[in-house]
Amino acid sequence: MTGAPHIVLLLGGVAAILILATLIGQILRARLDPGGTNPVIENLNARIAAWWGMVALLAIAFLAGRTGVILLFALLSFAALREFLSLTVKQAADHWSLAASFFVILPVQYWLIWTDWYGFYSIFIPVYAFLLLPVVSALHGSTRNFLVRIAETQWALMICVFCISHVPALLTLQIPGFEGRNVMLIAWLIFVVQLSDVLQYVWGKLLGRRKVAPNLSPSKTWEGLIGGTLSATLIGASLWWMTPFSLTAAAGMCLVITLMGFFGGLVMSAIKRDKGVKDWGHLIAGHGGFIDRLDSVIFAAPIFFHLTRYWYSAV
Amino acid sequence: MQGVKAALRSAAALATGKAITLFARFVTAPRALWQGIEPSYAQRIYFANHSSNGDFVLIWTVLPAALRNRTRPVAALDYWLKSPLRSFIGREVFNAVLIDRRPEARTEDPVTQMAQALDEGSSLILFPEGGRNSGDSPLLPFKSGLYHLARQRPNVDLVPVWISNLNHVMPKGKVIPVPLICTLTFGAPLQLDANETKEAFLARSSAALLALAPQEAA
Repeated sequence: MTGAPHIVLLLGGVAAILILATLIGQILRARLDPGGTNPVIENLNARIAAWWGMVALLAIAFLAGRTGVILLFALLSFAALREFLSLTVKQAADHWSLAASFFVILPVQYWLIWTDWYGFYSIFIPVYAFLLLPVVSALHGSTRNFLVRIAETQWALMICVFCISHVPALLTLQIPGFEGRNVMLIAWLIFVVQLSDVLQYVWGKLLGRRKVAPNLSPSKTWEGLIGGTLSATLIGASLWWMTPFSLTAAAGMCLVITLMGFFGGLVMSAIKRDKGVKDWGHLIAGHGGFIDRLDSVIFAAPIFFHLTRYWYSAV
Repeated sequence: MQGVKAALRSAAALATGKAITLFARFVTAPRALWQGIEPSYAQRIYFANHSSNGDFVLIWTVLPAALRNRTRPVAALDYWLKSPLRSFIGREVFNAVLIDRRPEARTEDPVTQMAQALDEGSSLILFPEGGRNSGDSPLLPFKSGLYHLARQRPNVDLVPVWISNLNHVMPKGKVIPVPLICTLTFGAPLQLDANETKEAFLARSSAALLALAPQEAA
């Protein structure tokens, strides 16, 4: 990535936050939990360790440039789709449509983004996959739970492939005066949304009383939501000089993406409840699965992409 | 010369084993839930539901490496000796106890073979349904092998292992696997009671295995 000195600054800032968090985590363990038996402190430290890994992966992808970023998010889509489709209703008749989701639709979507074919990648899954994939299942006979099966598969593709692919799609926008710096859009989006997640958790732990959705998640409170989105908006807006946005526009964007992020967590929690699981997966220690960590970005990315494209992009 | 050849073969077996577990991890990200028992060096007979040829590969993959080396799957001779490649994988990579499923043709008694492997210190992976289950019922009736083995070696713990989702990864007859997450639930061990009948024991062990299955939406 050329011409993006701000990326180093932002990653440096994140590293500083993580160093501080690591220190706090280690002090807490040394003071309160020398035996390593307190689940809250152990989980906190596992989460921080996983954050180091995630930030390192992102930094490597940024260094590797456009191909690296697209490859990273294609792999994240793969991991997320695997988690999602592990929980959906399916039968042997769906074998080929499921295999096609992983081995045809996912690679084609990312290839379209790599070739910058906006007119196709923005409708490929909502139109072509939507219409053609059920045909494959229908041709294999079984009609039991048919609508549930095809609808859940389509939902999995929309969430895990279509929405996630809008993060690397930010690289294809052409913003006058911001050439060569698009990777900052990705870094800023992920930073603000994830920061909002963390701050919502912190505010909720400190002040949280009134639950937003009591039968959905005991940890989502109004205090956490308002405190988290507002403080993340404040911090995100203060970095407006790294983005193509003005200070006010950056604040507005922050508000939109942090709220979308909150909605993402809410909807994905509802699906987990419905399917009777606590986490989407087990591969990110302390966090659960890939979708557990990505849910807010999944909901924020397409909206952020389209708002930026509508108001700032030349094409 | 013989020695070099043997060393090469065992190195190839080791590398193939590694490649197979890596592939299994990439495709299904298998997850072990040690619900009723912890992984340990104790000798055990793991018995599991059988819906795909990948079943014992997954059990083998999630076992800690030190345990994996002394755990041998019990598999059908007619399948694993069909081609030189299969024979290499079955015998040298998995070190399988190969049993003949055809009573009229076999020269060795399967239960004796399994007991012998136990006496040599190995743990075993066993599929008591006898064949792959591709129907709608979650578990086929157990064959009597598990009972006879438990009677011959009553002190070895029998550990039920439920493998979920693998029937969707690779249904019978399909070539391309769908990468879904598989969960392996290890339940509490059981042993044959002193005067338990064959029917009662098979029903009890089958129920113990079925109890580990997650409630599925479909």
